[in-house]
Amino acid sequence: MSAAGGTLPPDERRLGAGAAIQDTKSDKIALACIYTALGLFCLAVLYPIVYVLSASVSNTKRVSAGEVWLWPVGFTLDAYRAILDYKSIVSGFGNSVFYAVAGAVVATILTLLAAYPLSRKGLPGKGIIMAAFVFTMMFSGGLIPTYLVVHDLGLLNTRWAMILPTALAVWNVIITRTYFMVTIPEELVEAGKVDGCSDFGFFWRVVLPLSKPIIAVNLLFYAVGSWNSFFNALIYLTNEHLFPLQVILRQILLQTKVDPSQMADTSKLAQMQELQQQLKYSLIVIGMIPPLLVYPFVQKHFVKGAMVGSLKG
Amino acid sequence: MPSAAHKRTRVAKSRVGLGLRIRRNWQLYAMLALPLIWLAIFAYWPMYGVIIAFKDYNVVSGIWGSPWAGMKYFERFVESYQFWRLIKNTVYLHVYELVATFPLPIILALCLNTVRKKWFSRTTQLITYAPHFISTVVVVGLLVVLTSPNTGVTNKLIGLFGFGPTDVMGDSGMFRHLYVWSGAWQTMGFAAIIYLAALTSVPPELHEAAIVDGASRLRRMWHIDLPAIVPVAVILLILDIGRILSVGFEKVLLMQNSLNLDVAEVIDTYVYKIGLASSVPQFSYATAIGLFRSVIGLVLLVLANTFARRFAKSSLW
Repeated sequence: MSAAGGTLPPDERRLGAGAAIQDTKSDKIALACIYTALGLFCLAVLYPIVYVLSASVSNTKRVSAGEVWLWPVGFTLDAYRAILDYKSIVSGFGNSVFYAVAGAVVATILTLLAAYPLSRKGLPGKGIIMAAFVFTMMFSGGLIPTYLVVHDLGLLNTRWAMILPTALAVWNVIITRTYFMVTIPEELVEAGKVDGCSDFGFFWRVVLPLSKPIIAVNLLFYAVGSWNSFFNALIYLTNEHLFPLQVILRQILLQTKVDPSQMADTSKLAQMQELQQQLKYSLIVIGMIPPLLVYPFVQKHFVKGAMVGSLKG
Repeated sequence: MPSAAHKRTRVAKSRVGLGLRIRRNWQLYAMLALPLIWLAIFAYWPMYGVIIAFKDYNVVSGIWGSPWAGMKYFERFVESYQFWRLIKNTVYLHVYELVATFPLPIILALCLNTVRKKWFSRTTQLITYAPHFISTVVVVGLLVVLTSPNTGVTNKLIGLFGFGPTDVMGDSGMFRHLYVWSGAWQTMGFAAIIYLAALTSVPPELHEAAIVDGASRLRRMWHIDLPAIVPVAVILLILDIGRILSVGFEKVLLMQNSLNLDVAEVIDTYVYKIGLASSVPQFSYATAIGLFRSVIGLVLLVLANTFARRFAKSSLW
């Protein structure tokens, strides 16, 4: 019987050795419990999301009356139309897209530039530089000194304030560096040298093409992080035209501030107040959907990245 | 793991002079230049700026020109009536979060690892990762609309059982529970990734041998899978202990309202309020409180690491 596990394909072995062996009764009960628990947990995760989606496209009065439990009741897109009329939401959405894309590109470039040299064997001073990066994970200047730096650089109330101060996450540098150490063997570097390839050339022509998964993971993490962050905007920006979506969401969702001057058409104000609650649901959907649409495509890569990272992490 | 060939090249390299090795690698240093400049400006410059905690900082004189104030601001903080309240709120919230949510991703990973149907495991992962990608503003927004006394679905639900509507967000007794369990909802799935990764290192032969010896599934989870996770868990625990005075600041700030402030005011939100949100910003005082917190965090991290190295045989460094 012990050979049974050995004849299985590797995947099957990884997921549960001895799949060919009959489960005992107690094992079957345990498995059933595990499946049920996981299923229930999935439902618990999904329910708030589905509920808000449904409520955002349901008739306002019927949501308030508590008729919506899971599926939309009295389907309508009024709430989404009202959002399009609210200028700061539209501009906030545009700003957030810009910050996410520009921030992710800048941050990913910086991360790759830091991670590759630090992944190379025998680079003098590597240990000190790495320590300088890692130390910032454990100790930082704190809120006020960082704010003063941004202030002194003249970045307050500029788009740069949303991109530069958070442009590098040391955690990403560590994961990316580990990825390079595992996927770019020293032999390849030596071979490149023998062929007369410079470090720049090797990085550009060999390393980057081999690193698409880790580049994708970096782009995703930085873009999502930027899309979701609100605190930097809160302290660095006072100009409403630069506000990202999350700040607008906070104003409307949590501080219940609806500004009539933001309405394209003031005759809709009454309708707006009626839609207030509705608007909250649809705003949550607008704020939450973009990252949720993107991550499944990159999931395979970040799971792999975490695996590689944990090897030496 | 370095092979003999590697060792030989390394030995050969170390014979080459240091200056020559630096010159040979100038392109690698050139690549590092930009990230290092960033690090100097946005990580180490603020660390230098921390000295304003020991000065009477004013914007006109700048960091260096402002007069020294010694330990004045630290003494003021420790003696202030806010001190124990802030420490208590912060530690309480973090310890509650740690105790309640730390084991959850481990349990999730162990369960997922046992599941043999690949589609089921994949779907569960896909779904449970989702909340990680939702912003704090939206999660708190979700809490607000779902628990709203007038329209929230949770109040409709308890209404079915004959209870009247309650304003949970405004109830200071509920603040910690809401904070911790919505956090569990958001982070548990994604946090399991690293444990799942650790579990792939378990050799299948161990399970085969255990099955032959008649070990049940639960026993194998306990005696084979769990020990494989422990080193990773210890490291994450050390990091968490180092963060004991810095709870999820954004979320606390977003969940605060006039009704729950007595339990919801933590060190970081207080620093923000007196340092930036107030009409008379007290830069030096706020920096001193922030520094106090960072130093305690660092000390705890080092202590936890020493402890772990001695007793659990795994550590950060």
